[in-house]
Amino acid sequence: MSENTVPEAAEDAVPPAVGPHGLTPVHPNHKKVLRIQALIASAFLLIPAAIVQFAAPVPFGVVLGPVALLCALFVWRLPRRRYAYKGFDMGTDRLRVVRGYWWRSDAVVPFGRVQHLDVQQGPLERIYGLATLILHTAGTHNASVPLAGLLREDAEEMRETIRQHIKRESL
Amino acid sequence: MTDTSETPAAIPENAGLRTSPIGFIVKAIEGIKNAVFPVIAVLFATGASDYRVLIAIAVGVAIVALTGFFSWLSWTRLRYYVGNEDIRVESGILSREARSVPFERIQDVSLEQKLIPRLLGLTQIKFETGAGGKDELALEYVTGAEGERLREVVRERREGVVERTSDVLASDAVGDEEAPSVETAVPIFEMNDRRVLTFGAFEFSLVIFAVLAGAAQQFDFLLPFDIWDWEKWAGVAGEQTDIVNGLNGLGIAGQIFGAILALGSVAAIGVFTGIARTFAREYEFRLDRTPKGFRRQRGLFTKTDVVMPVHRVQAARIQTGLIRRRFGWHSLKFISLAQDNGSSSHAVAPFAKMDEIWPIAAEADITPAADDLEWFNPSPKKWVDGGAFLALIMLMVAIGWSIAGFLTVALAIIAVGFPLIALGFWLGWKRHRFARDVRQLFVREGLLSPDLTIAPRVGLQSVEIKHGPLSRWRGYCELHFGLAGGTLSINGIAFDEAEKLRSEVLESIVSVDFSDLPK
Repeated sequence: MSENTVPEAAEDAVPPAVGPHGLTPVHPNHKKVLRIQALIASAFLLIPAAIVQFAAPVPFGVVLGPVALLCALFVWRLPRRRYAYKGFDMGTDRLRVVRGYWWRSDAVVPFGRVQHLDVQQGPLERIYGLATLILHTAGTHNASVPLAGLLREDAEEMRETIRQHIKRESL
Repeated sequence: MTDTSETPAAIPENAGLRTSPIGFIVKAIEGIKNAVFPVIAVLFATGASDYRVLIAIAVGVAIVALTGFFSWLSWTRLRYYVGNEDIRVESGILSREARSVPFERIQDVSLEQKLIPRLLGLTQIKFETGAGGKDELALEYVTGAEGERLREVVRERREGVVERTSDVLASDAVGDEEAPSVETAVPIFEMNDRRVLTFGAFEFSLVIFAVLAGAAQQFDFLLPFDIWDWEKWAGVAGEQTDIVNGLNGLGIAGQIFGAILALGSVAAIGVFTGIARTFAREYEFRLDRTPKGFRRQRGLFTKTDVVMPVHRVQAARIQTGLIRRRFGWHSLKFISLAQDNGSSSHAVAPFAKMDEIWPIAAEADITPAADDLEWFNPSPKKWVDGGAFLALIMLMVAIGWSIAGFLTVALAIIAVGFPLIALGFWLGWKRHRFARDVRQLFVREGLLSPDLTIAPRVGLQSVEIKHGPLSRWRGYCELHFGLAGGTLSINGIAFDEAEKLRSEVLESIVSVDFSDLPK
């Protein structure tokens, strides 16, 4: 993952067909949640690295240095980019969920094909008042399409809107 | 528990039915299978004891008796009931379990007769809800007639449900009760013995060797010698000097003859296994179009009888093989949410000519691509990238050989490998094609033999465009369609092409609400 290739969501840098044009960004707090998650994950990398660093007879920083740098990238840089490239578009009859830069996924789920809906809240999301809206379809591929980083009220409102389109559970 | 009749899922007092009383005999016989290993274990564990055979027999009898007793006990405790809305089953010896499956959730009802139940005129009936595997409601065993009756009841009640919800798109208007009974009606596809045998001849299988090797590994303790001791084998071979000398006397021609003989016998076993397996599975294959769906019967030892509602068909897959294609043989499968022996697609015509396949597909409202339909290839970039990557690896291998001093080997690798790679990837690209008409989506792929998937657009659930770093840089992507019970995707399609196709397909999807589709 080279860093310099990513201007912050500079629109001309991405092909128009998949660019974040016309997409609604998720709530900025989502970036904080991602950052804390990355921080927790980094701890699992940093602690063993620190143990190796102090147990093995190697010059200071040889092991810990690169790992710390990697973790800094995970905690600081990646959440910013993940946030910048995440977006959704709530249409009248469909929801489009876009995420990722290098590994990009751009899924569209027509409301008429939604089997059921979930609004989920993890402990971190709860602190920041966020929620994840999950659309379940009958398809084997994309059986569930999650959209994280919505304000809880927004997620619930979207759920209600989509629910109106599901006349009854059909399978 | 029958005393909780106020809860809707409970079976009313004295109303439940029992499964067939001789069902537990089948279970007891199955218990014999379970008893084999303990008996063998006892035989070995008792070692030099004089009574080892007696002890082993006693253990075997005890296991069979216990299995029989417990299946009898659970038989006395199991009751099923066909209500107005659902099927209810209460079971369990100590902990009771009450299940209720509403008719409208039942996707299809399948009957399966394994060898022993079949001899006793019994059948297993399974109510498929799409829950999959162990969670499906199954009754073991009911009499064949009761199985048929239950299936008819479910079918009728389901139809009642369907009529109430007044389907707009109910394409088959043949739901009338005067439809001819299945046995007298002409099947829409069937395979006679000759066809099944021909099919078997194409199903070359070496599975028998895997089974033999596995068995040899499992039971090698039973053999008086160690079969993995190759030195002994060499010794055995050495003892057979007459034969070896005889072969050596024949010189190189004799050895070649021997090799051909060995290969020939392996091939013969492979062909024979294929025929036997296919014959056992596909014997008396018969597909009927009943008022509500497709009914398939087949099997020699284990006879299966599966009904799949026509509206459940999400897509059709037509496959073939490298050799059988030359003779015009293809197979047709229907993709649906319901399971068929663990695989999610139902084989409705496993071995048929194309002019037999299309009428069957048409019954499920799936039609062939029109002759003038425009087919598209995805962007060749994906295959160029793949080929270049493989060529690079091969180049490095060749360089390695030339550094080691084998220049001819290196040149041979390049001379043979590069054209092969080029041909393979070019063919792979050329044969990957897709097309769409107003109603359906066609995806055809396969390097050596074509594999065609036809999906009606309205049955698709979602559309996703995906790519990784390389494909992002090169401007192609993967286009995935959500398909209930299967997958449908176009790899290596150009971005703008994918966007265009997606918006077109989405327009067709949103024009019909899924709830409005016939169930």
